[in-house]
Amino acid sequence: MEERLITAAIVLFGVPAVLVGYILLTERLIRALPERRQGRIRPWFWIAPALAFLVVFLIYPTINTLVLSFLDKASTNFVGLENYIWFFGDSGTLEALRNSVLWVIFMTAGVVGLGLLIAILVDRVRYEPLAKTAIFIPLAISFVAAAIIWKFMYEFRPPGVEQTGTVNAVVGLVGLGPLDWIRDRSFLIDNFALIFIGVWMWTGFAMVILSAGLKGISTELLEAARVDGANEWQVFRGIILPLLTPTIFVVGTTIVITALKSFDIVWVLTNGAFGTDVIARKMVFEMFTVQHFGHASAVAIVLLVAIIPFMALNIRRFREQEAIR
Amino acid sequence: MTTLNAQAAPVVADPRVIDAPARAAVGRRRPGGRLVLHVIVIGLMLVWLVPTVGLLINSFRPASDVAASGWWTSIIPPWDFTFANYEHVLAQNNLGDAFINSLFITIPSTVIPVMVAAFAGYAFAWMDFPYKNAIFVAIVGLLVIPLQSTLIPVLRLLAGAGISGEFLALWLAHTGYGLPFAIYLLRNYMGGLPREVFESASIDGAGPATAFFRLALPMSVPVIASLAIFQFLFVWNDLLVALIYIGPTRSENLPMTVVVANLVSSLGGETHFLTAAAFLTMALPLAVFLALQRYFVRGITGGAVKG
Repeated sequence: MEERLITAAIVLFGVPAVLVGYILLTERLIRALPERRQGRIRPWFWIAPALAFLVVFLIYPTINTLVLSFLDKASTNFVGLENYIWFFGDSGTLEALRNSVLWVIFMTAGVVGLGLLIAILVDRVRYEPLAKTAIFIPLAISFVAAAIIWKFMYEFRPPGVEQTGTVNAVVGLVGLGPLDWIRDRSFLIDNFALIFIGVWMWTGFAMVILSAGLKGISTELLEAARVDGANEWQVFRGIILPLLTPTIFVVGTTIVITALKSFDIVWVLTNGAFGTDVIARKMVFEMFTVQHFGHASAVAIVLLVAIIPFMALNIRRFREQEAIR
Repeated sequence: MTTLNAQAAPVVADPRVIDAPARAAVGRRRPGGRLVLHVIVIGLMLVWLVPTVGLLINSFRPASDVAASGWWTSIIPPWDFTFANYEHVLAQNNLGDAFINSLFITIPSTVIPVMVAAFAGYAFAWMDFPYKNAIFVAIVGLLVIPLQSTLIPVLRLLAGAGISGEFLALWLAHTGYGLPFAIYLLRNYMGGLPREVFESASIDGAGPATAFFRLALPMSVPVIASLAIFQFLFVWNDLLVALIYIGPTRSENLPMTVVVANLVSSLGGETHFLTAAAFLTMALPLAVFLALQRYFVRGITGGAVKG
């Protein structure tokens, strides 16, 4: 108990004191320097903690992982491309790769499509804030909690027995099912059931951003089109969609990256069984469970390579924005 | 929520063009259309709310009921609700301790990156130094690095320093992972503060530290609030970082997410306890989110939030 109180004191007072102390102390040191050198040296003191964290926790480890991907299981001997040959020759990893592609395509399409639809629909009702909150809530909870929520939603009982899962109860109303959603391999149903959890969680994110973009479109423009006889579909296709395209693009790339990195849902619900593995989980599995650091690093590098084009897009977009500033 | 990098903020709504009555009038010409609209919107709200509400109701039902019938059957009286699931997971599965651990992990993992990013963001916005733009572009690139590509080397570093398994390991790692977005957001916001304020402070003899603590920081409260909420939710909800860097050997330091994720496989047939466990992990983030929704939404809709 006493140990916990000490931890609490560090957490609440020690950490902020150290950080504020750092800046005050370095300012003291800088003041001791000749005036013309102060301006040159000061910025480095201000960004040094951030740069140190970035180098230690992101830059160095990423480079090191690249090196490890050419080493063996225990990272002692150089094995060339062996880990990559394993990756592209192993049916398990290839299945995980296929599923990650499914996640990227269907989670992105689902999140962006539903987010856009909901943003446009709630724009026309008086209870818009309430409706948005309802859609948005899942974004605040963890993937672990979401996985458990949907474990109960997808609960399966054999046909003839009373269904306790909401999804099977609902499809039962129209005379379908029941299905064991997260274990049924036919038509990749299990993968789609898991991907839908991701869609459920992230649609609110797309909705909020697209809704802000939508409200930036002038009402006069929309009204003018309607007065000229355009129907709602023509207004959407001719005005809303073209004006929102850059925003849709931003949201889309964020979701693609989220889909590639998503690991928790699969880890909690199926742990990669029933043909539902994804590369983000495969990496953790190879590292944490198998402890083959060569394989794990190769999987991580494949994931990184898949993300690099989006990194380049981000940088290009940032440069364009800076040019406008 | 590993990539809440809503960089390249979409145009934030100009309040002058929001004309709610005019927008609401759109569908009013066809009453049938309005009805369809309401049915679809309310239907979508239900699809999004029912899973969470169903879990909450199940968490208050006796084990035998959860196994025998759906949550909806319990809405009709006679009610038979109980706290037994909560009592069980708090007493038997150490979820009470895990809750405290989550707090101990999350608070410094939020405070440190926000403050470190504020120092750096201020320097990037208001100081001049060589390679400033190149370094900042590199930070924008780091926004999307997947955690998976850092896990093994960082675990080895932490183990080498003798702190893997400790809270400190997670504070440092979460700071590293949260910094790119934090610096990006704060630099953009601080860069938009009025130049005159800092110039007149400088003329009055205030040094950079004074200008930072007395002007830049207080003026950046809205964006700091958004950022703190993000980072808080991200760390509180994190499974991967805690799973790897705390590891199975120091189970007394595990946060709720890892403990609950482990329950999914270890509980076997007693899955009804999961309902209460899941709701306990959700309670704090939901409260934070509902209380501070405005800041949360603002943080998402832009790195360049104005006002």
